[in-house]
Amino acid sequence: MSIPLIEFKNITKSFGSVNALTNVSFHINEHEIVGLIGDNGAGKSTLIKILAGVHAPSSGEIWLRGRRIEGGWNVAKAHAAGIETVYQDRALAVQHTIASNIFMGREITSPLGLIRVRKQYEEAERLMREIGFTSRVFTPDSVIATLSGGERQGVAIARALYFEAELIVLDEPTTALSLIETQKVYNFMLAAKEKGSSVLFISHNIYHAYDIADRFVIIDRGTVVMQADKSEIASAEQLVQHMKDFARAGHHA
Amino acid sequence: MATKTLTSPVIRQPSRAALRAFVRRNRRALSALAVFIILLVIFTLANPRVFTNPITYRAIFLNLPITLFVVVPLVFVVASGEIDLSFPATVGISSWAFAVALQSGWNSFAAVIPALLIGVLVGLVVGTLVTYVGLSSLVATLGMNFLLRGIINIGTEGIGIQFPQIRQEPLWHMFAGRIEGFPFINNFPVHMLWGLLFVLIGWVLFNRHRFGVHVQLVGDNPDSATEMGINVKWVKIGAFVFVGVGAALAGVLSVLVNQTWWPTTGDGLLLPSLAAVFVGGTPTWGGIGTVVGSSIGVFIIQFIETGIIGAGLTGYFTQFFNGLVIIVSLIGHRFNGPRYR
Repeated sequence: MSIPLIEFKNITKSFGSVNALTNVSFHINEHEIVGLIGDNGAGKSTLIKILAGVHAPSSGEIWLRGRRIEGGWNVAKAHAAGIETVYQDRALAVQHTIASNIFMGREITSPLGLIRVRKQYEEAERLMREIGFTSRVFTPDSVIATLSGGERQGVAIARALYFEAELIVLDEPTTALSLIETQKVYNFMLAAKEKGSSVLFISHNIYHAYDIADRFVIIDRGTVVMQADKSEIASAEQLVQHMKDFARAGHHA
Repeated sequence: MATKTLTSPVIRQPSRAALRAFVRRNRRALSALAVFIILLVIFTLANPRVFTNPITYRAIFLNLPITLFVVVPLVFVVASGEIDLSFPATVGISSWAFAVALQSGWNSFAAVIPALLIGVLVGLVVGTLVTYVGLSSLVATLGMNFLLRGIINIGTEGIGIQFPQIRQEPLWHMFAGRIEGFPFINNFPVHMLWGLLFVLIGWVLFNRHRFGVHVQLVGDNPDSATEMGINVKWVKIGAFVFVGVGAALAGVLSVLVNQTWWPTTGDGLLLPSLAAVFVGGTPTWGGIGTVVGSSIGVFIIQFIETGIIGAGLTGYFTQFFNGLVIIVSLIGHRFNGPRYR
């Protein structure tokens, strides 16, 4: 078996006395779409925030392409490792432009820290053209607050795309989107896989997740309870049944 | 002839679009400018003799730059989603350090260094209290303002320091001297130019530098900024440190201009400076701001007092008109785009 793109080994994360994740181990291979499934409060968001580097794990190991990460884990390291995250809230500054949101935290600057405004504008324009983000009259200078929900998701995804991610993490990417917009997001995930990236996404909708993912990771109350290839699961209904079983087992435990 | 009619619309259109984009991007600063021009017209009509006399402008420009030095960094703090009410005492305590060093026979340029260090230190302390300790900036800086002024009062027991010979210092000539033969305004206060240079630096830092852009993004959405790897705490601390530096420069300038350090130095800056920030178009809710607009706000506030007296009203009217201009300006800014947060 090939070396996974990223692997979590016995990751535990606690906030004070609350254990959000306990001994979580799972991996993501190259060129695959992984569906992360779990109920509310199962620890999905914590897991994603650790992947993105927003939280450092309390204990456990993160391995990238067979190499263990040493000496702390943060957003800059995750970005450098090619992990791009599209958050549920889309992580956008609504009073600012598309261009400055795409480059948020990673502005193109001269050595003195001065921002190369024109360069950012041109790059954003090129990117928007590339992903077919031309349905309406907006430019890289358009302010986020004037965009619709789907368009904002487009900006968040464009940002992940610009930095040529090896792993794109999407937290509930289709919440509050129309059917057409949802389909666009799924098409984007498939296209990203086609181009050689891996995708991890969270979804409440197991039927959607079943359609698109190659593999499933189910977490419940802060632990991974099941990892399975699509070939091992007959149908979406069976996936739902698994989840119900875990939930029941948890209640009796 | 034919080519001219063909090409002229092609050339005109993009420039008109560019102009429209410029107006859209800068509407807050532009409406502050409009308010200032309207005020100036009214004052001039009310008393043409006073407001066509260069001496009037020279008198206003003597003190106006002191406020510029605190207002420009305040825009950063407000845009970062915080507020700073401690800057008047920072002006006081840092200029005290300058005054004591000067009194002890330090070279006047060297005496600026302790003032700047104290400004930076106060900024670090206030910023740490707000970010790492998690205090409300409104209350923490209010407390800090009392605390620092209290230290000054305990240390000096209300006694000021006078510098009758300060006009012989090279520092005075460089930062608070007069320019003879300046166009229109003879003996132009040189610190007005330093103030405008500071506004320019502030504009570059706010709009074109990573620091200023991060300040705005942090104020707009701290969670998003964190998720994108911006260190929200250090960006906010940076904004408070900038206020400390600005306050130290304002304090030094105040001593140079007035040839005196008072234990109350800086006290009168609190309300006019905050009024200037908001009148100039920097909104209270954070995420955006305008360095140029708020600097124009300083001009608006500073011209009102002179204008009231010049128009033949007594000083009793000053506060009334200040209030009126503040409220009317804010209503104006309400039309400069909706509030998103």
